[in-house]
Amino acid sequence: MQFGIFSVGDIAPDPTTGTTQSEAERISNLVRVAQRADEVGLDVFALGEHHNPPFVPSSPPTLLAHIAALTKQIVLSTSVTLITTNDPVKLAEDYAMLQHVAKGRLDLMVGRGNTVPVYPWFGKDIRQGVALALENYNLLHRLWREDVVDWEGSFRTPLQGFTSTPRPLDDVPPFVWHGSIRTPEIAEQAAFYGNGYFANNVLAPNFHFKPLVDFYRDRFEHYGHGTRDQAIVGLGGQAFIAKRSQDAVAAFRPYFEEYPLFKGSSLDDFMARTPLSVGSPQEVIDKTLTFQEGFGDYQRQLWSLDGLALPVEVALEQVELLGTEVVPVLRKEMAARRAPGVPDAPTHASLVSAKYGDAEPRQPRPNPNRGDNLSGASPYQDSDPNAPARFPLAA
Amino acid sequence: MTSTPIHTPDEFASDAASRPLRLVVVSAGVSDPSTTRLLADRATQKTIDLLGEAGMPATVNVIELSGLAVEIAQAIVAGLPGVRLQAAIELLAGADAVIASTPVYKAGISGLFKSFADVLDNDLLIAKPVILAATAGTPRHAMVVDEQLRPLFAFLRAMPMPTSLFAAPDDWGSTTLGDRIARAATELMLFLRSGVGASIADSNWSGYQHRFAGNATAAERSVADVDFDTDLMRLAAGGGR
Repeated sequence: MQFGIFSVGDIAPDPTTGTTQSEAERISNLVRVAQRADEVGLDVFALGEHHNPPFVPSSPPTLLAHIAALTKQIVLSTSVTLITTNDPVKLAEDYAMLQHVAKGRLDLMVGRGNTVPVYPWFGKDIRQGVALALENYNLLHRLWREDVVDWEGSFRTPLQGFTSTPRPLDDVPPFVWHGSIRTPEIAEQAAFYGNGYFANNVLAPNFHFKPLVDFYRDRFEHYGHGTRDQAIVGLGGQAFIAKRSQDAVAAFRPYFEEYPLFKGSSLDDFMARTPLSVGSPQEVIDKTLTFQEGFGDYQRQLWSLDGLALPVEVALEQVELLGTEVVPVLRKEMAARRAPGVPDAPTHASLVSAKYGDAEPRQPRPNPNRGDNLSGASPYQDSDPNAPARFPLAA
Repeated sequence: MTSTPIHTPDEFASDAASRPLRLVVVSAGVSDPSTTRLLADRATQKTIDLLGEAGMPATVNVIELSGLAVEIAQAIVAGLPGVRLQAAIELLAGADAVIASTPVYKAGISGLFKSFADVLDNDLLIAKPVILAATAGTPRHAMVVDEQLRPLFAFLRAMPMPTSLFAAPDDWGSTTLGDRIARAATELMLFLRSGVGASIADSNWSGYQHRFAGNATAAERSVADVDFDTDLMRLAAGGGR
């Protein structure tokens, strides 16, 4: 079971002081939060992608590459990478490169995002949002698994003999999660490929996403990747922790109730009716254990806890409390309750060992440059020399 | 698209015989007693009487929006329906017919009524028969029902009955209000007896836009409900390569 945090990199005025972080400050603070998460032993740091104020992470691979250089063990991920408006070819390249520099400490969560105007900013049609997400991922999946891809779809120019470089680290693509809160087609795609499925699990009634998670589990089994209980499920969450319950509620209340998204909402109502966990470490533990009861054994729990205009010192303290007082107990408790045979979330190491066993992983070395990939089976030296060229050059 | 067989009225008659019909009143009246509620009650009682004569027992639940005002406003802002609002939505989802009644304020339907409609799933009321009713302080608002309530329920793809009910102070002393109520109730009774609303919703369900695990009683909730024979589902499963 992996525990970690995810951030959307939002900026808002601190309701207790009136100060607003600059973009420069927020970017530095995100890095500090990720470093602290690494130091206190959290398993995952995931970063959202937004292309409009008041959010800063428009370029997650850049920021995550920097974080990779400053951290030791934490797995870096995204929450989410926009599979609709980004070119899947560029995604394949950027995240393969990030996977290399992070030495495999990378996976990826793809999703449609929730900002309507972003589609035209990147030349896409929101009416095709679901189809874009599905087709783009289908292509990304192939680009990471086939050295040379011929491809034709509805939303971008066809590819002829295209090789996405660098090939994934050890020729093992980053594990992919599909984030979705309403669309069964996305859960279907996750199940078809045996990828992970992540339900955001915030801003909605408790267990609102259970039908979608169950749908994914059933289809995961249908496609023969394992039993429904072995499907790879991730859940979001939102938390604010203090040693004493009443201190947590008092400290968090102004940040919650003054935040634009929650204006007019009652914190107590959200605490009671949604997965939002505000309270002592024990209260956050207890609430998170209800997720396991309701959704079944799952593989990844991410909390959002650095947003809502919290000062970075508070955010760092939150990460500290989560990593030292909440997660160690949850690790033990969830492991004790977990049914036998439920797998952990795949990591680079587990995927390498699943693919190669004790053998050495493939390390693709390019052939001397021919200027194109069209005339041979593969641009890499380990391709089969007897494989016939599909378009042999005239002698 | 797969199509489900069209049900005959006979099947629905036997369906309906297995349980009482569920009528749900939605009233946006705010005083007690409220003429808006009174108008809805009269239409409801007449409908029940006519259904009873036709051998179709019915039950009634009432949703008083005044008590839900805060939860409705919060649901619009934060997207999270409160416990009582959610219960009201589920009641409406399970209704066989709806009697909707609102006061007229400032030449329009009550904002409370419109706000309640705004938080409903688009597919919650598909092909459900509805009696439209409004009350006002002056007969000059008489067209509000047809100009505002009727298009609202048309958007929701409900089936407003041909006769709209409207009552200004003068109407409460006139027997013609009772005649109009009887006409609307008769329309509703005949519509329910025909089973055509349920038949439309049933046989065309996959053609309407839906939200997975939404509030509609026929919403898809599991693998068994989902149509995999669609372009998007084929694309989800690798694109048919």
